[in-house]
Amino acid sequence: MGSLPLFPEQASTIAPEVDHLLYYLLTVAVFFTLLIFGAIFYFAIRYRRRSERELPHVIHGGLTLEVLWSVIPFGLTMVMFSWGASIFFTESRPPADALQIYAVGKQWMWKLQHLEGQREINELHIPMGRAVRLTMTSEDVIHSFFVPAFRTKEDVVPGRYSTTWFQPTKPGKYHLFCAEYCGTNHSRMIGWIYVMEPRDYENWVSGGGPTGSLADEGGRLFESLACSNCHKPDGSGRCPNLVGLFGRIVQLSNGSTVVADEAYIRESILQPTAKIVAGYQPLMPTFQGLVTEEGVLELVEYIKSLGPKPGAPAGANVPVVVPHQQ
Amino acid sequence: MASDAHGETLALREQFDSEEQQKDASTLGMWIFLITEIMFFGGMFLAYSVYRNFYPHVFAVASSSMNAIIGATNTGVLLCSSFTMVMAVRAAQLGQRKIIILFLVLTLILGIAFLGLKAYEWNVKFEEHHVPGPAFHLDGVDTQGPAQIFFSMYFAMTGLHALHMVVGVGILTWLIIATYKGRFTAGYMTPVDIAGLYWHFVDIIWIFLFPLLYLIDRHLG
Amino acid sequence: MKSWLLTKDHKRIAVLYLATVTLFFFLGGAFATLIRVELLTPQGGLVSSETYNKLFTMHGVTMVFFFLIPSIPATLGNFFLPLMIGARDLAFPRINLLSWYLLVIGGLLALFAMLAGGVDTGWTFYTPYSTTYSNSWVIATALGIFVAGFSSILTGLNFIVTVHRMRAPGMTWFRMPLFVWSMYATSLIQVLGTPVLAVTLVLVFCERVFHIGIFDPALGGDPVLFQHLFWFYSHPAVYIMVLPGMGVISEVISVFSRKSVFGYAFVAFSSVAIAVLGFLVWGHHLFVSTQSVYAGMVFSFLSYFVAIPSAIKVFNWTATLYKGSISFATPMLYAFGFIGLFTIGGLTGLFVASLGIDVHVTDTYFVIAHFHYIMVGGTIMAYMAGMHYWWPKMTGRMYPEGWAKLSALVIFLGFNLTFFPQFILGYLGMPRRYHVYPDEFQVLHVLSTAGASVLAVGYLMPMIYFIWSLRYGALAPANPWGATGLEWKTASPPPVHNFDEAPVVTHEAYDYSTVMGEVIEVG
Repeated sequence: MGSLPLFPEQASTIAPEVDHLLYYLLTVAVFFTLLIFGAIFYFAIRYRRRSERELPHVIHGGLTLEVLWSVIPFGLTMVMFSWGASIFFTESRPPADALQIYAVGKQWMWKLQHLEGQREINELHIPMGRAVRLTMTSEDVIHSFFVPAFRTKEDVVPGRYSTTWFQPTKPGKYHLFCAEYCGTNHSRMIGWIYVMEPRDYENWVSGGGPTGSLADEGGRLFESLACSNCHKPDGSGRCPNLVGLFGRIVQLSNGSTVVADEAYIRESILQPTAKIVAGYQPLMPTFQGLVTEEGVLELVEYIKSLGPKPGAPAGANVPVVVPHQQ
Repeated sequence: MASDAHGETLALREQFDSEEQQKDASTLGMWIFLITEIMFFGGMFLAYSVYRNFYPHVFAVASSSMNAIIGATNTGVLLCSSFTMVMAVRAAQLGQRKIIILFLVLTLILGIAFLGLKAYEWNVKFEEHHVPGPAFHLDGVDTQGPAQIFFSMYFAMTGLHALHMVVGVGILTWLIIATYKGRFTAGYMTPVDIAGLYWHFVDIIWIFLFPLLYLIDRHLG
Repeated sequence: MKSWLLTKDHKRIAVLYLATVTLFFFLGGAFATLIRVELLTPQGGLVSSETYNKLFTMHGVTMVFFFLIPSIPATLGNFFLPLMIGARDLAFPRINLLSWYLLVIGGLLALFAMLAGGVDTGWTFYTPYSTTYSNSWVIATALGIFVAGFSSILTGLNFIVTVHRMRAPGMTWFRMPLFVWSMYATSLIQVLGTPVLAVTLVLVFCERVFHIGIFDPALGGDPVLFQHLFWFYSHPAVYIMVLPGMGVISEVISVFSRKSVFGYAFVAFSSVAIAVLGFLVWGHHLFVSTQSVYAGMVFSFLSYFVAIPSAIKVFNWTATLYKGSISFATPMLYAFGFIGLFTIGGLTGLFVASLGIDVHVTDTYFVIAHFHYIMVGGTIMAYMAGMHYWWPKMTGRMYPEGWAKLSALVIFLGFNLTFFPQFILGYLGMPRRYHVYPDEFQVLHVLSTAGASVLAVGYLMPMIYFIWSLRYGALAPANPWGATGLEWKTASPPPVHNFDEAPVVTHEAYDYSTVMGEVIEVG
């Protein structure tokens, strides 16, 4: 019980923006609600039936009025659309320097991994004032990552990666909810986001994970799955060299190109023949069922950590994979 | 069945003022029903297109494993059956009862032939382990998942089409019996007419299914 | 009994439908009551989470597919559409009876699923939960909805053909009552949308029964594709539920202010516009479902287009009152309630159509409140307006006016107390479908439950006095309200073939000078 708040806390950079849009919408809504309620009350009383034999004059309508009450609301809604769309656009574009965190949803818990190696369940510690980017997937059904104080929500879908981001502005402890119905204990798939002062966060995170950073984990997996037998760092293997791969444009054997992002790397591990790099044979077996979603994330992070090599032009639009063997 | 209160052989139902109104209403009703059928199959065509776009390679390999000769034969069978159906409708317009029955029976035989070939084809799929499930295997692709999706779509789409054929065969049987009993004349042939519409529709659905499932991307496979 | 179960008379079939949907309404209401009682406390001691999840699923399935969708079209539409256009019956009476049986069979299947153990997927059946993970009676429920869907398709088909081919001489399209226009628009959606839901359920069914994989991410399938197919039907289905209500309101507002509906053509065409535009906006249910940013923007943009025809209707109804002769009979009170609640429901629709807000409020109680304002505040208020308005014609008896006015007031107040707090809950971040919830949301939940108990009383009252009136109500004259529609030009209740003398239409709808004797001109 306790006090009765009407608005949730504002704890991210986007939260006040969403609330400002809400105020605009509330103003419009309250205005039209009062207008309609007022008009009904006034007309109903002013023109109440005084005799059963009353016959009002016929009024068929008025084109001017029809145009007015179509055009004015339309104009108001277009403001709602563009304002909302611009917030949405910001929400969908994480800043490049954002802190990367991985999330895996499963019935009924959130598993969160920091690059440094810390793993948390149903808790997430993040620093204040820094943008945080979440890359998320699910091991079973669809979940949704929802932090009301940040005004952000994004579904977590099995078989693909989704992302969301936020920049906390206030230290504190905030609700994390699963917002997409996911089965029996859906309402218990909740947790807390701890926003810490940057210095506290540094202390918290510097301990590292019990087994080293996420990329280290990925590197060990890369060896134990024997990926390194074919993907050799000098390019001499039977499969493409992965050094500097992440973020580059890859030329495919069917003539098209693809950006090597998380989703592409995930697909290449689980469905290797879906996109074949130009100049290579479809030799790689699928790792579907052999590696968990968390393992895939570790591999992705390992591959990200491989490059780009120092000195290489960052983000250059050249195919990273040069076929020099057939 | 409605009694012939308004005429000797005409089955004018009481809610209508005239035979013309009744025929118009029935025909319009059938067309609207066919629109719902288009939406019904449309959902499946959409799902198929989405997945073909996701997995073009697997779909090409899977498509080329189909027996196009049976598919083409069945296409021919259905086209012929549409022709015989048209002839039956024409005979009904002219009030030639024996000829109506002849062409309806021919249509029925062709419909059953289609279903027979379809059953044979499905049986082969079982033997080849092309039926989605634990035993599924398709040669030439390394990820069996999307290949299973192709065959899931194949069975769902052809299965639903075959179900419509079975309904069509039922309607034809009923029409043949009713015609034999003399229900239809040159003045009242609406059931033959709208059954014809239905039959042509089921035929057209196949005309789309055949290239989508059997022919597209054969050269890629 | 046999004469009822084999009847081909649209009026009797409407009564069969009325009995059926009323049963389902009280069943769905019972589920709602349990949900609200459960939510009184944050830690949920009344039922287990499994049971709670089944309760909200069955509440949704029952109310949407077995009450709201058939409610107005299959009862009031079935009874009055032929009467209003001067026809002896629908074009296909036997198909009409068949569609009632289909609803009953579908309903029994769903009931069987509920009794056997229930279903826990939510009424939206999202994959892969519904196809792979749920351990409940998904198949029987989906089959029930599938069968009931064909009931809806056949009713729509019947209405379209009837409107096109069965109008009385002189009944041109622009002389048709607006209720007929709205039923026509509704039928278009039923015919075009329902098959897509049907095929989607077939695919879910196949996936569960035969273990084929269409939406299974383990095979590379796309669970979000299901959502697209589902909402392609289920968003227009919202308009299946609310358009008929809008039609009822147009009739009631006109009769009880004794004026032609302001901007008849605009109101008529806005029904058709809603039906058409409704098919273009399904993606606004998927703003956070990982669809592309640009798809989100397009769907948001298009969603605002649907808002305009709804706004046009509200303004036109309000303007109809201007310089009218306004009676406060019960149907009119319900109509006022409808306009008010629909306005709030519609305006909050603008919130959820706005991308920035929707990311925050989707899948929260804000959405629950929004659509209950449309479905309950809109559709059920309109249904009640229509039931009171046409009750004398259907039964030949008047209902008790005092009790009816009281029930209208109780329902209006109870409704607002139930659902208004849920807007605040939602913006605060309370997710929907939560069995247990953080303590800070309790006050608002208690308010909502208090409102629900008022609302329950409000709905029981008409049930009692309608049944009472069948026996003890005053005998109704042919035209107790001084209305202009053809349905009022025949006896109450109407004879089997509707009209003793085939009607010929010579005037536009809502010309009240034709039904009044000596008049006092006002306005």
